[in-house]
Amino acid sequence: MSEVVKIATRESYGNALVELAEKYPQLCVLDADLAAATKTAIFKKKYPERFYDCGIAEANMMGVAAGLAATGMIPFASSFAMFAAGRAYEVIRNSIGYPHLNVKIGATHAGISVGEDGATHQCNEDIALMRTIPGMTIINPADDVEAKAAVKAAAEFVGPVYMRFGRLAVPVFNNPDTYKFELGKGIKLREGTDITIIATGLMVSPAIEAGEILAGSGISAEVINIHTIKPIDREIIINSAKKTHLVLTVEEHSVIGGLGSAVSDVLCENLPTKVVKIGVNDVYGYSGPAVELLKKFGLTSDNIVKTAIDAVKSK
Amino acid sequence: MDELTKKSLKINACKVRKGIIEGVFNAKSGHPGGSLSIADTITYLYFNLMNVDPKNPDWEKRDRFVLSKGHTVPALYSALALKGFFPTEELKTLRHIGSHLQGHPSITTVGIDMSSGSLGQGISAACGMALAGKIKKENFKVYTILGDGEIQEGQVWEACMFASHNNLDNLIAIVDNNGLQIDGNIEDVCSPYPIKEKFEAFNWKVIEMNAHCFDDMERAFNEALNSDRPVAIIQKSVKGKGVSFMENQVSWHGVAPNAEQYQQAMQELDAQLKELEG
Repeated sequence: MSEVVKIATRESYGNALVELAEKYPQLCVLDADLAAATKTAIFKKKYPERFYDCGIAEANMMGVAAGLAATGMIPFASSFAMFAAGRAYEVIRNSIGYPHLNVKIGATHAGISVGEDGATHQCNEDIALMRTIPGMTIINPADDVEAKAAVKAAAEFVGPVYMRFGRLAVPVFNNPDTYKFELGKGIKLREGTDITIIATGLMVSPAIEAGEILAGSGISAEVINIHTIKPIDREIIINSAKKTHLVLTVEEHSVIGGLGSAVSDVLCENLPTKVVKIGVNDVYGYSGPAVELLKKFGLTSDNIVKTAIDAVKSK
Repeated sequence: MDELTKKSLKINACKVRKGIIEGVFNAKSGHPGGSLSIADTITYLYFNLMNVDPKNPDWEKRDRFVLSKGHTVPALYSALALKGFFPTEELKTLRHIGSHLQGHPSITTVGIDMSSGSLGQGISAACGMALAGKIKKENFKVYTILGDGEIQEGQVWEACMFASHNNLDNLIAIVDNNGLQIDGNIEDVCSPYPIKEKFEAFNWKVIEMNAHCFDDMERAFNEALNSDRPVAIIQKSVKGKGVSFMENQVSWHGVAPNAEQYQQAMQELDAQLKELEG
């Protein structure tokens, strides 16, 4: 059995920026003293004259990005999700969202898989925050192939985009030769009839695994990858729920305001369906190795399987 | 400054003040005090300094202006209307439902370069514009006006650090030092003084200016345009300038005049205008 390649999506972000630099001469990259960690240092090394370190001053960085975009540049403003979406929230809302400027926010180290740094750096709220900003596009890619495609799509798209990347190296399951990214379109990874499992970001890979395990237990799970959380693909969600009448959402984010909430919003309005959520249950994270933390928080294929079986049984 | 230019600027400034009162009165809300304190500076910028074209408001090479103290946008709207960006008549729609003249600046309004109003944010956007000018090797300048209370916001100092670090000598920030903010005297609320030394500590060139004297303004801006560093012009101003009963009164920070007060203010400004036009 060939070894699964693992790459952190923050790495994909840095590499994709380099790949896009020639095509977009207006593209420039901002960071807030985290270039080594956000991987924008990869870009900085190749294009030092197009890289601006703003120092540890995220609010100003977002404002600078707004001014750059208002003057025809395509700035990619980068930091950890906590400091991008969290600390600079109101600047993003008023200086980027309200004027609908062409700023791309590259938020790395999202979720509890930040690991040892612990709660202050584990942002489980960024999707919720960004969803409330009118006109904001939110992409949460699942692997290296999807992350690179997402960065390309964000550069092509005119308007503010929030991209969420992880610190932890995760399996590359998409085939770069056949993969097609379409902004705002979910991807059906497995057909099923008993339950719809909708996952995003690094939880897509465990969701695929869970689908396979469930098939072995006689449960037919449909598995959907939602990489664009806003605008969300209503059609793929509704059509699947029509078939399975039961939905399980899986995300490395608070169960409040993230993918589970977005899916529930779609279904409540169009096709009231039971939605079970796997995510961070309104608590803070804590220090520990990322993989162990994911287990502690139930963000594993095993827990998806168990939760799905329970949900199908009580159908 | 020659007398003819000065007279013309004084007349325009008086018209800008009339537009402020007209707008705020019809809106039944807004910020007349701080709008009046920057009226002369805004007039100088739009009628004597900035390279802008009302017929081509999105012209790429234009000078940029960001009103970081966005609540005083009635002054900016009034100057933009007088300059011909939109009809003066529209000033009466300020803050009305459906009006393009929002309570705080919106980039969607003709002539407005940046949405602002949440204090401390405009100067960061101005830094971004100035940086873009450097990247694109364009010669435009970026002007921004901040309130003296506004500089209590930490983001202002993040921006100052960024501007000097990136040698943004095409950026001119004007601090409107009228000494008052909503809760009272700035030095009683949470003193931002000494302002000059703070900007100097961030390696900015600092120029002090009388906000109501066009000769002094010409001196200050000429000096600013020749700086090899970002420039802070600290302008000593009078909140409510030009309307006797509003001058230096903190109570006129964010209140609209009633019908009687409106009449009195307009009479005073009309008298000033008549005298200027002779």
